[in-house]
Amino acid sequence: MDLNYGAEYDDFRKDVQAFCKEYQGVSFKSESNDNEMSDALSGSSVNKKAAKEVTRSEWQKILIEKGFIARAIPKEYGGYGGETDIIKSRIIATEFSKAKVPGGMGGQGIDMLVPTLLEWGTEEQKQQYIRPTLHGEMIWCQGYSEPNAGSDLASLQTKAELIDGNWVINGQKIWTSTAQYSQMMFCLVRTEPEASKHAGISFILIPMETPGIEIRPLVDMTLKAGFNEVFFDDVTVPEENIVAKRGEGWSVANSVLGHERGSLADPNATMNRLNTLINMMKEQTIDGRRLIDIPSYRDRLMQVQGKVMASQAHSLRLLSSKINPGQNVKLGGMIQKLVGTELRHELEGLAIDVLGEIGTLYEDSPYLKEDGSFQFTYMYFLGLIIGGGTNQIQKNIISERGLGMPKEPKVTEAS
Amino acid sequence: MFFGLSEEQEQFHDYVKKFLTDNVTVDEIRKIASGEDVALQQEIYGGLINLGINALLVPEEHGGLGADLLSAVAVAQGLGAGVGPIPFAGAYVMAPIALNLAGSEAQKKKYLSQIVSNETKFGVGLSEYVAAREDAGIDLSGDKANGKALFVIDGDEADYFLLANKGGVLFLVDAKDQGVEVTKLTSVDKTRSYLELTLKNVIAEVLPESEKNPEIAKKVLDAGRIIFAADSLGASESMIEKAVSYAKERKQFNRVIGSFQAVKHMCAEMASDLEPCYAMLWQAAHSFDHSPEEARLQACQAKSHISEVAKMVSKKATEVHGGMGFTDLLGLHYWFKRIGLNRQLLGGPELIREEAAEIQGFNQ
Repeated sequence: MDLNYGAEYDDFRKDVQAFCKEYQGVSFKSESNDNEMSDALSGSSVNKKAAKEVTRSEWQKILIEKGFIARAIPKEYGGYGGETDIIKSRIIATEFSKAKVPGGMGGQGIDMLVPTLLEWGTEEQKQQYIRPTLHGEMIWCQGYSEPNAGSDLASLQTKAELIDGNWVINGQKIWTSTAQYSQMMFCLVRTEPEASKHAGISFILIPMETPGIEIRPLVDMTLKAGFNEVFFDDVTVPEENIVAKRGEGWSVANSVLGHERGSLADPNATMNRLNTLINMMKEQTIDGRRLIDIPSYRDRLMQVQGKVMASQAHSLRLLSSKINPGQNVKLGGMIQKLVGTELRHELEGLAIDVLGEIGTLYEDSPYLKEDGSFQFTYMYFLGLIIGGGTNQIQKNIISERGLGMPKEPKVTEAS
Repeated sequence: MFFGLSEEQEQFHDYVKKFLTDNVTVDEIRKIASGEDVALQQEIYGGLINLGINALLVPEEHGGLGADLLSAVAVAQGLGAGVGPIPFAGAYVMAPIALNLAGSEAQKKKYLSQIVSNETKFGVGLSEYVAAREDAGIDLSGDKANGKALFVIDGDEADYFLLANKGGVLFLVDAKDQGVEVTKLTSVDKTRSYLELTLKNVIAEVLPESEKNPEIAKKVLDAGRIIFAADSLGASESMIEKAVSYAKERKQFNRVIGSFQAVKHMCAEMASDLEPCYAMLWQAAHSFDHSPEEARLQACQAKSHISEVAKMVSKKATEVHGGMGFTDLLGLHYWFKRIGLNRQLLGGPELIREEAAEIQGFNQ
């Protein structure tokens, strides 16, 4: 066991700390009212009265210039052009989180599409799409799920036909977050109807302004975040908008899916939320008694703290396995989505319970604590427990790939 | 940066686990548990002593291996995995740590080398220091000890007992002292010994540093808790392995039951809740030696959290085995009971969580 990163990293940490100090309290010029809640999700809190105001896009550029994000993405595509260094990434995440300085933008474009294009895209595609995406100027949505293709994603039916050098797309996608703000969609479509289920899918990039696309909002239980249904009626995009070859879409999508699952429950964010909860329990009272002085509440808090500490330690072990080839963390990454989302849901739920009736207040109510973020996040994480591959699907993956248990036998078509 | 067991620690663990799983069948465990085969128990004990588990935590200057607590954790995981029917947490972890931290030079010289040669064995009774039940407890007055110590561990062949009063003063009593009365307590876990001591005017040999520094007793406690957590983690790991392999073989409705999602999901739940416990445990053990400011909280949380996960695993793994899981024939219950005893020793989860809150200044 050696938990030291080494002198080189101590210097790097100091640089990051200095940066965080300089930008402490930075806030965003309001472009959309989603920021507040996304800050609660990431566990950072942006000071609304702060003097330093930047746009999200300006903030992206500042972070890229420093190499705090897009670190290993080549300069020619708008990245920092450095080496991948997971220890540095970890230091950046930890220090930003501690200082509550907002990190870079997330979202489908940066988290999913950019790594996909780096691996599978043509030179033209990389040149065209990566830079504006990294700079927050091109927002992407993901067109994967369909009404009849949820957990069984590979049975998707939205079809694309190649007609006169163009893909003509017809069908429907669902659970499409940010479709209403997006300039582009990356989409899985069926291009080879004769091929087997998995081999008939292609990965296609679609400008959202293309005629024939209709977006219908789908309000979720938080009444805030908002998915959409997206309908395609003879939507026509150029042939070169395909990523990789025809029929390779399933492989393309799978190569970055694991990335999404891991990013759904960041242990740093969970630790920040735990600290927020602890502070709240020291401040709020029942009959003049601090919430943290009530033994049953305190015991539940300690139980959640134990789980958070285990998750934090586990993420260190995962980090170690990435930099020490040969170190085997059997189920390591596979469990992250399941354990992380359940823990976060439990933590936010505890905050609601200790607040009692106050915990049920929402939106613009007086007496709200932490801007109502506990209720919002409690519900939002139920969404994440279901989304990104339901936690039941995760259990199938863990038992089959992790523990080597057999797949459920296929049921022959029910009558 | 490397987070995990070193190659050497890994080998230590694998050796202990393999030694037990290869050499000790459930039938043999049963014979040892019933007291029917004392020779076999001694043989296993001897085998592990040959490996040096007794000398692990004794500093090199006293002839030991001078290893850190993480190495002892690696051994304890292996012992838990194979329900090792031998003394460890008290005799070879808490006793040497107590002697080394609180003993006088003369005491260290005498007793630590005897632990290495295994000619002197220590039972340990700190239950009353943690939480006294049945009004038990020991009063120290000068060099005389009076009272009762319950739930003393590793004491079956002990030459000395390491005990504490409520203030955390650590002391030794000679098992041969006429005022020491030893009564066996029968617990569900028959793989380890469990005793009651009654002391009447017994000579107490105080470990002097513990009088000056009450933190030493807590340090000894932390070590014990981390080791019991490690034992439960190892036992849980084995229970999951057994459940998964049973589910891959047992057939019902013309299918192996491991192909049913109801069964697979139980296995996935066990595995995914246990997996982060490894890192939590190793971090706590590492902090014990290298980050004292974080060590107490991590030891408390590791013991309480791993106890909870292990309890869940012991239940679900038994259920995966169906009726067979409930039988003595399969013997899965030895692991179930081992986890059950570890959970309560040196404080059950609720008591330890309260301590964890106190360490952080939460309960004023």
